[in-house]
Amino acid sequence: MSIDTATAAKVAKLARIRVEDDALPALAAEFNTILGFIEQLGEVDVEGVEPMTGVTPIRLKRRDDVVTDGNQQAAVLSNAPDAREGFFAVPKVVE
Amino acid sequence: MLDLAFDTPTPKVIAGAKHDWELVIGMEVHAQVASKAKLFSGASTQFGAEPNSNVAFVDAGMPGMLPVINEGCVALAVKTGLGLKAQINLMSAFDRKNYFYPDLPQGYQISQLYHPIVGEGEVIVDMAPGIARRVRIERIHLEQDAGKSIHDMDPAMSFVDLNRTGVALMEIVSRPDIRGPEEAAAYVTKLRQILRYLGTCDGNMQNGNLRADVNVSVCHPGDYERYQETQDFGHLGTRCEIKNMNSLRFIQQAIDYEARRQIAILEDGGSVVQETRLYDPDKNETRSMRSKEEAHDYRYFPCPDLLPLEIEQAWVDDIAASLPELPDAKKARFVRDFGLSEYDASVLTAEVEAAAYFEIVADGRDGKQAANWVINDLFGRLKKDGDRHITESPVSPAQLGGILDLIAAGDISGKIAKDLFEIVYTEGGDPARIVADRGMKQVTDTGAIEAAVDKVIAENPAQVEKAQANPKLAGWFVGQVMKATGGKANPKAVNDLVAAKLGL
Repeated sequence: MSIDTATAAKVAKLARIRVEDDALPALAAEFNTILGFIEQLGEVDVEGVEPMTGVTPIRLKRRDDVVTDGNQQAAVLSNAPDAREGFFAVPKVVE
Repeated sequence: MLDLAFDTPTPKVIAGAKHDWELVIGMEVHAQVASKAKLFSGASTQFGAEPNSNVAFVDAGMPGMLPVINEGCVALAVKTGLGLKAQINLMSAFDRKNYFYPDLPQGYQISQLYHPIVGEGEVIVDMAPGIARRVRIERIHLEQDAGKSIHDMDPAMSFVDLNRTGVALMEIVSRPDIRGPEEAAAYVTKLRQILRYLGTCDGNMQNGNLRADVNVSVCHPGDYERYQETQDFGHLGTRCEIKNMNSLRFIQQAIDYEARRQIAILEDGGSVVQETRLYDPDKNETRSMRSKEEAHDYRYFPCPDLLPLEIEQAWVDDIAASLPELPDAKKARFVRDFGLSEYDASVLTAEVEAAAYFEIVADGRDGKQAANWVINDLFGRLKKDGDRHITESPVSPAQLGGILDLIAAGDISGKIAKDLFEIVYTEGGDPARIVADRGMKQVTDTGAIEAAVDKVIAENPAQVEKAQANPKLAGWFVGQVMKATGGKANPKAVNDLVAAKLGL
């Protein structure tokens, strides 16, 4: 797998991280190093081996269907740069 | 399991300039799970609450918060799968679907792309008595809903409410087995009916509890059959996805518009571009959601906050044992046990509450008569009364049963029964007591009827002559006697006596 600067730019855009054009080649090279490292895993023969999903034999923790949280509008909105009438107010987004 | 036999409907055909076109439709229905709390937090799912009041810090995407799955939502998804005769996957897993939008504070939706909890099932979509389409279900997965953005409260700002954020949805994905706009609407209707029977989704489309994405493509006659034989999508046309519709009417209009749009492009020598489109009901057209295209790279990956969801077969078996009788089985049973037509059985089983009402009325009585009264008199009256729901009926099943018993005993005629029904509907009360108290009991005493007949004949010599010349006019005497007795005379006894007295 090889990541070019265009792909690096696309990934940055999808992640909403601004990367200047002159930083893209270095970023692409870094991606390639990481992916190259990970690709070594592909050399391992895993024929017939169950995928491992965890290192400890624990079961996914569950909760009962009971309302135990909420009613904290002020706390939820307290970090918002702008909140009005109980809503988060954000720059207009219309489809 | 009891099922009625059915034939397959003919697909919708749209005539083109050179040849006919057929439609191929697959649907993704998002059904809100009828749980009290959200999928991964303890916040309430209650509709219509103060904005941002049903929000836990997990839902708001606060740093360091971890999701903990609501077992009730898992049980309801399993129940839904069982109701659609689907494969239940004892091992499923959650993935992150990454995208940015103001009403998605986590920056990703937790969903199940790779290992859904429910696999292949089916829905039998009724089109008419004896005609139905078997639509295959590909999968059902659990996922989080997003919040709600309101764009019309301020000219420059959008307002975001996170109450819906994190509420559990079941995405029910069908195979492309639906063959026309009417079938698409019927599919959603049937799915909604099953979900409501199961109690796993309340199916309120206006509140957005049931929303559909519709994939539409067009093909030449014969192509679809080739697809069914081979399961090779290459035989089908390029599809477009119309997003997020919550009205049966709009679904049909959007499909119709979209099919005609695609046909026009193809007949013009062009090709359909696979894309996401939005239906605008005001203009009755679909248009491209170009902004969605780039964002479509969702970079799914397994959610690192959640272990795979493993459930036990015994737990699934317990849920299976608790399944209610479902619409198809109930309808078949009504046809078999009560001798109803399939049409009447469909009407009565459309809603589980109506079916339950009917069963109480029909218990130990004439099933067909009970069905007629429930469908024609009760449903008709409720509709006239501001379209009230069966659960709000002022007449209880015991009261309606009481009216039928009075007819069966010969105490009241069918006509008086209608008056009695109206009294019970508007005033309430025990039907037998009302009949006794208000002297509505049918007169079967032939002596009294005979006196009334004699009186009418004696007072109307001219009519007697006419009736004797033309026996069809005897009905006039019957009417007069019924009037004189306040409608309480047994109509058959009156008929017989009038005929005898007039020498007909």
